[in-house]
Amino acid sequence: MALQSGKAPIGASGVPAKGSGTAARPPRTANYRKAFARDYPLWLMIAPAVAVIFIFNYVPMYGIQLAFRDFDFTKGLTGGEWRGMHYFSQFVHSYMFADLMRNTLFISLATIVFGFPAPIALALILNQVKWKRAKKTLQTTVYLPHFISVVVMVGLLNVLLSPNTGIVGHLMDALGYGDVNLLASTKAFVPVYILSDVWQHCGWNSIVYLAALSAVDPQLYDAAKMDGASRWQTIRNVDIPALVPTIVILFILSMGGVLATGFEKVFLMQNTLNLPVSEVIATYVYKIGIVSNQFSYSAAIGLFNTVINFAFLYAVNVLARRFSNISLW
Amino acid sequence: MGLPVQKVKSPGERLFDLFLILVCAFVFLIVAYPLYFVVIASVSDSTLVATGKVTLFPRGFSTFGYEEIFRDARIWVGYRNTVVYTFLGTFVNLLFTLPAAYVLSRREFRARRFLLFFFVFTMFFNGGLIPTYILMKDLHLTNSMWVFILPFSVNVYNLIITRTFFETSLPKELYEAAAMDGCSHFSYFLKVALPLSRAVVSVIGLYYLVAHWNDFFTGLVYIRSNGLQPLQIVLRDILLSNQVFAEGAGAGGAAGGYAQRYADQVKYGVIIVSTLPVLLVYPFIQKYFEKGVLIGSVKG
Repeated sequence: MALQSGKAPIGASGVPAKGSGTAARPPRTANYRKAFARDYPLWLMIAPAVAVIFIFNYVPMYGIQLAFRDFDFTKGLTGGEWRGMHYFSQFVHSYMFADLMRNTLFISLATIVFGFPAPIALALILNQVKWKRAKKTLQTTVYLPHFISVVVMVGLLNVLLSPNTGIVGHLMDALGYGDVNLLASTKAFVPVYILSDVWQHCGWNSIVYLAALSAVDPQLYDAAKMDGASRWQTIRNVDIPALVPTIVILFILSMGGVLATGFEKVFLMQNTLNLPVSEVIATYVYKIGIVSNQFSYSAAIGLFNTVINFAFLYAVNVLARRFSNISLW
Repeated sequence: MGLPVQKVKSPGERLFDLFLILVCAFVFLIVAYPLYFVVIASVSDSTLVATGKVTLFPRGFSTFGYEEIFRDARIWVGYRNTVVYTFLGTFVNLLFTLPAAYVLSRREFRARRFLLFFFVFTMFFNGGLIPTYILMKDLHLTNSMWVFILPFSVNVYNLIITRTFFETSLPKELYEAAAMDGCSHFSYFLKVALPLSRAVVSVIGLYYLVAHWNDFFTGLVYIRSNGLQPLQIVLRDILLSNQVFAEGAGAGGAAGGYAQRYADQVKYGVIIVSTLPVLLVYPFIQKYFEKGVLIGSVKG
């Protein structure tokens, strides 16, 4: 991603040296041919990556028109009858629409509200630990859960939170909450989803903030000490300002995914009892499209989701540039 | 100088120290304990685990869970498939990503900016699940092992990290000197750029490796035949759909003698057996993490 701070313009871009050939310029085509003759080993080296991205990322974009057509197996992707906005209006007027939008927005906004500040706090705390070995051990431990697969993570939740046999079940019992089934309740779904997400990824996501903190000029800390700043004041006045650019960029990116709840985890945590709060757009697209084969309807819902995400990303980026001078592009 | 003065900490600083220690201990326990618990639960007597008697140390040593796992053919088919997909997949990932990243790092390459946009655009916009699914079907990639290896073999985020690393850590003069000696881009890339970039190759190699190992989505959407399913799909059946015992359906088991707690012990074991390979690689690569994340985020 082209991260770019408004304060620090990027240095020399890939523009080839101009000005040397101002006197007698060869025709453009010859210029290109010469550049290609010089660069063809580079073209060869990048060709596989370009091909793979073109086929598997750009060709499906052409297939988006399916959302505006009927899908006809015999006529292929583009042969079906043109239906315009039919499938979009079908979705907006369907009885699922309100629930899907509410669940998707609620889960992702709650994830941002709780999941976004946690790694920042963790990085600030880790940065204060001066005992090297303790810091290293703590870091190794908190990075570890990031590498657990989603399936194993949800499996872990299932065995640990099981009301009869799980250790959290016993704990809840001991605290007098009785037999609450955290896995099958509509109230507990979002808290369990978010807390386990923070548990799994908070450590890993703190790395980027730790890296930013390690780049702070040591002279700033010395100066703060001279002025008699307490460590708490140093965090507030040196550490946090140093993190602001990173925070803004990552915040824009997370807002861009506001309707892109992780499909896998929600899907795997779903059961018939929590479905009223756990059905989100991504899981619905999968069920309607891949399981029930309603390709056009499902593609329309997917496109609806992508467009809203893109709009969010764009809007937050504009706001960020306006107020903090930091933006993605 | 001034050491004796520094030694005496104000009450506020002491309070801060106490707060710091408490928070760190809390974070450590809350992350480490569940992981530790899974390990001790997998080798303890399942009745004691189920009744909450196992908390700090394994009790009533039992390998029942692991015996069941070793007898279960599904797990080993999934394991074998995932090992093949992971190694072949990571190889293709690196084969495609590293040279492309090198090319994008060459400032004299004319199409650089355009191609960079071509790649980055796909991070924010995509065709969606259904058009992608239909494409895979048309290419006969559904229900084939190649769907794990070829599509999405270039992760744009990893590509950018690698490019930035090449750009910032390889001195410009190095290529100029090599080119003087008649060194082509190919041999410069292979003999100079790669050996100098072990850190970034390890980090993105690990990212790709873990992504393949943990991939559940591809198997779910594109694979129908049981013989091709990766480990994560088998894990889903065991851990989440409760099809713990190969012979019997569900928690009750074929003979009806298996109770949920036996099933749970198998689950604890499965969690460990399936995560072990990733955890074994982890310590070797860990030292590169900060570097890898740093170059990926600050520069762009």
